This record gives sequence, structure tokens and C-alpha cells, in this order.
Amino acid sequence: MIPELGHFLLVLALCVAAVLGTLPLLGAHQRRREWIVLARPAAQVFFLLTAASFVALGWSFYVNDFSVLYVAEHSNSLLPTVYRLAAIWGGHEGSLLLWMFMLSCWTVAVATLSRTLDETMVARVLGVLGLVATGLLLFVLFTSNPFERLLPAAQEGRDLNPLLQDPGLVFHPPMLYMGYVGFSVAFAFAIAALLSGRLDAAWARWSRPWTLTAWIFLTCGIALGSVWAYYELGWGGWWFWDPVENASFLPWLLGTALIHSLAVTEKRGSFKSWTVLLAIGAFSLSLLGTFLVRSGVLTSVHAFASDPRRGIFILLLLVLVVGSSLALFAWRAPKVALGGQFGLISRESLLLVGNVLLVVACGSVLLGTLYPLIVDALNLGKISVGPPYFNTVFVPLMAPALFLMAAVPLARWKHADVKDMARRLWIAGALAIVGAIAIPMLMGGWTFLTGLGTLLSVWIAASMILQMIARLKSGIPPLSFWGMQLGHLGVAVFVMGVTLVGGFQEEKDVRMEPGDIVTVGGHEFKFIGITAVNGPNYKAARGEFQVIRNNVPTRTLYPEKRTYVSSEMPMTEAAIDPGVTRDVYVSLGEPLEGKAWAVRVYFKPFVDWIWGGCLLMALGGICAASDRRYRMRVKAAAAARTTALQGASS
Amino acid sequence: MKAKFLIPLALFGVLVAFLAVGLTRDPHEIPSPFINKPAPPFKVAQLIKADDAFSPADLKGQVWMLNVWASWCVACRSEHPLLVQMSQAKIVPVIGLDYKDKRDDGVKFLAQHGDPYNLSAFDADGRVGIDYGVYGVPETFIIDKHGVIRHKQIGPITPESLEKTILPLLAELKKES
Amino acid sequence: MKRWIALLLLALAVGSGWAKEAEPLADDPAVEQRLINIADEMRCLVCQNESLASSRADLAVDLRKELREQIRLGRTDDEIREFMVSRYGDFVLYRPRVKPVTWLLWAGPFVLMIAGVVVLMMYLRRRNRVTAQAATLSQDESSRAEALLKEAEL
Repeated sequence: MIPELGHFLLVLALCVAAVLGTLPLLGAHQRRREWIVLARPAAQVFFLLTAASFVALGWSFYVNDFSVLYVAEHSNSLLPTVYRLAAIWGGHEGSLLLWMFMLSCWTVAVATLSRTLDETMVARVLGVLGLVATGLLLFVLFTSNPFERLLPAAQEGRDLNPLLQDPGLVFHPPMLYMGYVGFSVAFAFAIAALLSGRLDAAWARWSRPWTLTAWIFLTCGIALGSVWAYYELGWGGWWFWDPVENASFLPWLLGTALIHSLAVTEKRGSFKSWTVLLAIGAFSLSLLGTFLVRSGVLTSVHAFASDPRRGIFILLLLVLVVGSSLALFAWRAPKVALGGQFGLISRESLLLVGNVLLVVACGSVLLGTLYPLIVDALNLGKISVGPPYFNTVFVPLMAPALFLMAAVPLARWKHADVKDMARRLWIAGALAIVGAIAIPMLMGGWTFLTGLGTLLSVWIAASMILQMIARLKSGIPPLSFWGMQLGHLGVAVFVMGVTLVGGFQEEKDVRMEPGDIVTVGGHEFKFIGITAVNGPNYKAARGEFQVIRNNVPTRTLYPEKRTYVSSEMPMTEAAIDPGVTRDVYVSLGEPLEGKAWAVRVYFKPFVDWIWGGCLLMALGGICAASDRRYRMRVKAAAAARTTALQGASS
Repeated sequence: MKAKFLIPLALFGVLVAFLAVGLTRDPHEIPSPFINKPAPPFKVAQLIKADDAFSPADLKGQVWMLNVWASWCVACRSEHPLLVQMSQAKIVPVIGLDYKDKRDDGVKFLAQHGDPYNLSAFDADGRVGIDYGVYGVPETFIIDKHGVIRHKQIGPITPESLEKTILPLLAELKKES
Repeated sequence: MKRWIALLLLALAVGSGWAKEAEPLADDPAVEQRLINIADEMRCLVCQNESLASSRADLAVDLRKELREQIRLGRTDDEIREFMVSRYGDFVLYRPRVKPVTWLLWAGPFVLMIAGVVVLMMYLRRRNRVTAQAATLSQDESSRAEALLKEAEL
């Protein structure tokens, strides 16, 4: 009953989304108020219906209803409850329902939090979101229904892939999807602006906090995915330039360009068409990512089971959404007036250079990801494009952008005083050069890449910190200032982490018997022994390793080799001792003859700075989005309403 | 002035064209670099007559098929009856390559399911497979009279591939001098 | 006395003899390091996008064994890559070779960057001219307006 109800709720949600996607838009065009005011309530009903449907699927998982095909394929009665619920998005159909749920959350958020925005604009924004929802719901209902029944019901489910039975599954997809889907709001604002012909600084001020929030979620989502791969897969890597990883990175790159471009449009009224194009682009990349991951055109460890029929549908959706937006852009954008004047060297132009670099980086990652497909489509054979290509290409592209990052905040609007900038930057430059030589040498040896990485990182960090000190002299700066500083500082921390771990990590693959010691990165690891343990749905061999530093035992690590009830594939659960300056990482391989085991031990200096940097970036985004001027409008509107009410009642 | 605003749409159109074609391709299928190149030489013991050896040179002057199989390979079972039919029709010699198998298991498999092969070569450690670029079992190579590989069938032979590709090619190759 | 000596010897044995440094799993760590460097840039053919170095698939294990042999036989990195490409095609390399079909791939990013910066420079110059013209025109217009006003006053 519940699954059928869930299905029915989705059909209802489709009807409401269709209404939301048509009437308010027509109403805005024809100035019919009775259709315009439908937008908010329709959005709210859409949210309730989608949420209820999502809960229905969750319920089916919770009660182990194996008569639902999707539950039978992705769950198991021995699966711990938390993973039973996270399994909702463990496969294609359910993850799409998560997409829809997130879209309904963002839609209702816009409907609720935009009381002070002109209702015609709100109608257009919600209308566009409704259209996107309609397209996706059609896709779900026609090709990917999560409520399909399996009759006769299975006795037991196939179980969730053991790799996914991890806290990572609970947080990474929802965060990531909040980001992906969040860019639909920026997209909706952009389309609304093009439709109405009103493209100005006020539009940018409205769009910016929503875009920032989506960007924050995407940053966290990608970082979580990276951390999860790092500790789960057992080989210490954190980014593989896999097509699905790239699919999440592409909208992030354009999204970063977008938030910077929006800042200029908001403050100076410039770059309007460019910002709109970026907003369309970021969401288009989200949709493209959805296509790449679910259509089977690219090979990836993350890809969902592919079905060409689904691929055709998503491609059609992509063509409709992106094609019509870009056509609208081509038609309406030329009519947008130019913003204010600015000099060849100014904050505006430097931000534009940064934008261009980010867009080029995005284009390059897209090129590398799609190249095998392009070559194959042209019947020129099959090639692979992997990490060596991306690493070779990405670093030189990003280096100039990183260099600029330290300088741009010091550039004045309209006309930058280069001499003044140089005067304020030379200390940071000197510190950077010292750091670039000293840090790699202290870590163990200088190479060009480690030198470059530390140079850029110290350059940015020093510049930011010096700016903060200088600015604090004249009072506490607003949150938007902290946002910028934290965000850029986060990038510096990230770059330092990547450089140091890439340049100075150590690993050893050894054969250990109980009592043996292996030394890696100045730490000694003593293998104590193996015990057999039983988990809720797996059996494991648990190793015990004593970590010794400077002859003092510090921690004990317990890596496991698990065999899950549902699959014979043994899984390795690495044991990690995280630290601010280093991670030590022990991973069990195979049992060898006698009591010996193959063990892999890693020393990863400063690896947590990678994700610490991402966290700082997200914090920066939160500061920027929370700036007073976004909240003031709400307060002002509330004040206006109270006085109006008082006036009416007196 | 207005044309430049159409560039994003145009680029998108190109992208969609490639994606659409991409939907018709299989990214897992790796074409063989050996097409129209000489079959790599090897010499290994046979499966059943363990004292005798086999080498592709033995079949120079004939058109023949090399079929890579294994007793543990599930997909091979679906093509095996077709191979048996082919061998009964005596179209071309079919030589098996028992890949990464145990000798006893291989012999038992042929006894159970029929032996369509003139003989099977025994590739215990997979070295011959690597030399031929084998990455999955089953795979079938069609080799012409001069010892040149002319076609590789990836995956099991299906009635369709037999009818449309393999039999016509074999007929054509047999006519060659 | 004997008991003390025995205890001392036992203590020494327990203290030092058992805690031995683990041996590397590989027979020859130098060969192994070269193998990992080469295999890291190669693709596991039967996996869903994993490197040959880290994959646990049977074929990957076999191929690593084969590559170790090649390294021991003294082949160079290029020869080993050729060995793999001649058997499995370009698909097996994660670093695409530079040939006409990949010129666009390798040159693309840098061409894009240069093109992007050039287009940007051109755009900024034109934009400055346009907005500057708008400013001077209004200056022009305002001086004309002034002149007209003066006329009207007279």
C-alpha cells in the first residue's frame, strides 16, 4: 500500500509541478495576478507531496519491504537501520528521488524566504523551478520509478554494496545533491531576469545568497566524497579525476566563477550578461553530470547501472532545458545595457581574468572527460584520459588564478593602483619565496612542484593575513570581508595540503608477522596480532597495530578485513590516526602463510589540510552569505509590514 | 554584435551531437590492435594430449579460428553449442585456447559439453592470452591463410554475429589465395 | 647464578630478537617501485576505471607479474608501454600519447587559455572605448547645451 501511495504522490507532485511551471510564468507574461499568486502555494504543495513520497520510500526501506524491487536490490534485513535509510539513495532510482526532494526543498525555501521580492519575479523564479521539476518527474515516472513492485516478493534483499555501508553514504550524496540542485535556483533567477528584461544590481543581490549557499553545499559534498574515498578505498588516494568526480567538479568551477561575477554585478552593475551565462552554465553542468553518470556513456566506479533508454531521456531533458535557456540568452542578452566603466587594470578586470581562467579550467576538465567519447564517436578508436593528463593540465591553468587571488582584493574598483598594490604585497611576496624554499627543504627535499605549491600557498595566506591585520586597525570589518578572507585562506590551506602530501607521502607494502615492526615517516608500527570479530552483517579479521613515535607508544590502530554476509568480496577497512600535521594509515592486505599478513602502511603529511581547506572555503561562503545586507532587507521588510499593520489597525 | 551571443548555443549543439552518438557506443568494448597484423607466435602444450604441443604456425595456409575459453567461464556456455555446430559443419578448423584453467577442469568441461575443437592449447598462466590482448573470456580470433588476424569477436559468439559477420568473413577468407 | 643468567638471556631475547623490521612484500623493492610508477599510468582493462597498479582483478595481477618480468629483463619504460599498447591498444594508457588524434586534447587547454585572455583584452579595450565615448559625448552634449543656454540668455 505505502509504495503505491508513494507512487501516487509522485504523480500528484508532477501535476502540481506542471501547474507551477506554466501558470505563474504565463501570469507574469500577461500580468494576470491570479496566476502569479499561485506560485508560492503551488511550491509549498509540491514540497509536501515530494517529501511525503520520499518518506514513503524511506518507510519501505525501514520495514524491509522486499516486495519493492528497489528495496530488494539495495537493502538487506541484516543491514543496520542507519544504512537501511541511507540506502534510499544507494541506487539510481532512489537517488533521483533524492534529487527531486532536494529540488522541492530549494523551491519551497525560495517561496518562503522571498517575501520582500517582487511577486512577479518570484512567480518567474518558482515557475522555472517548476518546469525543471516537471521534466525530472517525467523522467522518474517513465523510466526510473523507485516504487516498482517485485512480485513475488524476495525473501531477502541483495544488500547494499559493502563499500557504501559507511557514514560517508549518509552525508556525501545529500550534501552533493543540495549543491547540484541548488544551482537550479541561480539558474531560475537568471532565466527570470532574461524573461522579465530586468537585469540589474538588485537582481544580483537577490541571487547571490542562494548561489553562495548552493556553492557551500557543493564544496562540502565534494570534500566529503574525497575524504570518504580516502579512508574507504584503502589506497590513500583522495582524487582520481574519475568522470563522476569530474561531473561534480565542473559545476563547482563554474559556480566559483559565478559567485565572483555576481559580486561585481551586485556592487558595480557590470558583467550582467556574463553572470547570467555562468548561472545557466553551472546548472547545465549539473544536468550534464546527471547524464554522464546515469547513461552509460562513460566508464566509472561511481556510475549507476546504465540504461540507454534513460540516457536518451536525460539527453532530451538536457536539450530542452539548456537549449531553450541558451536560445533565450541569445535573444535577450544583447538588449542588456552595459554597466559602469572600469580601467584595464582594476578589480573588475582582474576578477574577469580570474573568471576566464576558471572557465578555461572547467572547459579543460570537460574536454578531458569527454575526449574518449568524442574520439569513439568519430570512429577514431578508443583512448583513455586519466589522472596523468588532468594533473599535467590543471596545475598550469590554476597557478595564474592562484597568483591573482592574493592580489585582487587589493585592487580598487574602477581603477587599480598597481604601485600601491605592489607596495602592499611585497612582504607577502618575500614570505612566499622564503616559504617556497624553506618548507620543502624542511619536509625532505625540494622539487619544482613542491616549490611552486608552497610558493602559491604562502603567497595567498600571507597576503590574506596581512590584509586582515591592516583592516582590523580601522574597526571590525563586515562579514562579507571575512567571507572573502576565509574563502581564499581555505584555498591556500588546500594547496599546501595537496603539495605536501603529494610531495612527501611515504608508503610501505610489507609482510608482517606478529611482533614485527615497520617504520614509515618517522613512525614505528608494531603488529600485535589478529582477532576474529563479528559485525552486524559481516565477519572480520581485525588487526592490532601499536603506533610508536620517538619510542613512546601513542595509539593503537585496528584495521579490518571484512567479509560481508551478502557478498564474497572481501573488503578492507583501513585504520587511520588523523592529525593536524599528518595522518598515519594502516591497511590489511591478504593473509599470507602462517601467521603473516600483507600490510600496507602510509604516512600522509598534512593530508587533512586538503579537507580543512575545503571547510574553510565553506565557512567563508557562510560568512559571505550571512552578511548583514542580506538580512537587513528581511528586517526592513518586517518593519515595514508591522508599521503597515499598525497603520491599518489604528 | 548579436551573433556572438549564439556561440554558447552552437557549442552546446556540438556537445549534444557527440553525446547522442556516444549513447550508441559501448565504452567497455576494447577493439583489438591486432586486426590485420600477424598472429603472435607461441608454443604451448595441448590440453588433452599433454605431451604434444601447438603453435599457430602449424595452421599456416588454412583459415582458422582461435577460441579462448575456460571451464570457469559462465558466458562460454552460451556460445559452446554454436561452436559444436560449427565444428560438425566442418567449415574451418577451430582451435581452443584453455585460458587460466586447471587441466582436469578443462578436460572435464569438454567431456561434459562436447569438444568442438580440433585441439585445445593449454594456456595455464595466461601468458598467451596477454600476448593476444585477451581481457575477458570468451574471445574468438579469425586468422587467415597467411597467419594474419582478420577479426576478433569480443564476448560469446551469438547466432547473429555468426550469421552477419563470422560466416561471411570465413567464406571470403577461404576464397583468398 | 645460572637462573639470573638464564633470565637475563631470556629478557634480551624477548626484548630485541622478536621485534624485527618487517620485510617488504615485494621481492625487489626497486623493481616494485618502477612497476608502480609505470602501472599507475595504465588502466585496468576489466575494471570500472581503476589503475593497473591498484586493481585487485585477476587480469591486473597477471599483467603486473608480466610487467615485473619485463622490468627484470631490463626493458625501458617506453618499451614496456609499447608492449602493453601493442596488445591492448591506446586504451590501456591513462596518459594519452601525443598523436594527431590527441593534439586537440593536449593543446586545447592552453589554446583556450590564450584565446580567452586575448578575447578578454580585446573586449575590455572595446568596452572602455564605448563607455568612454558615452562619457565624452555627454561632455560634448553638455557643452553644446551650455552654449545654447548662453544664447538663450542673451
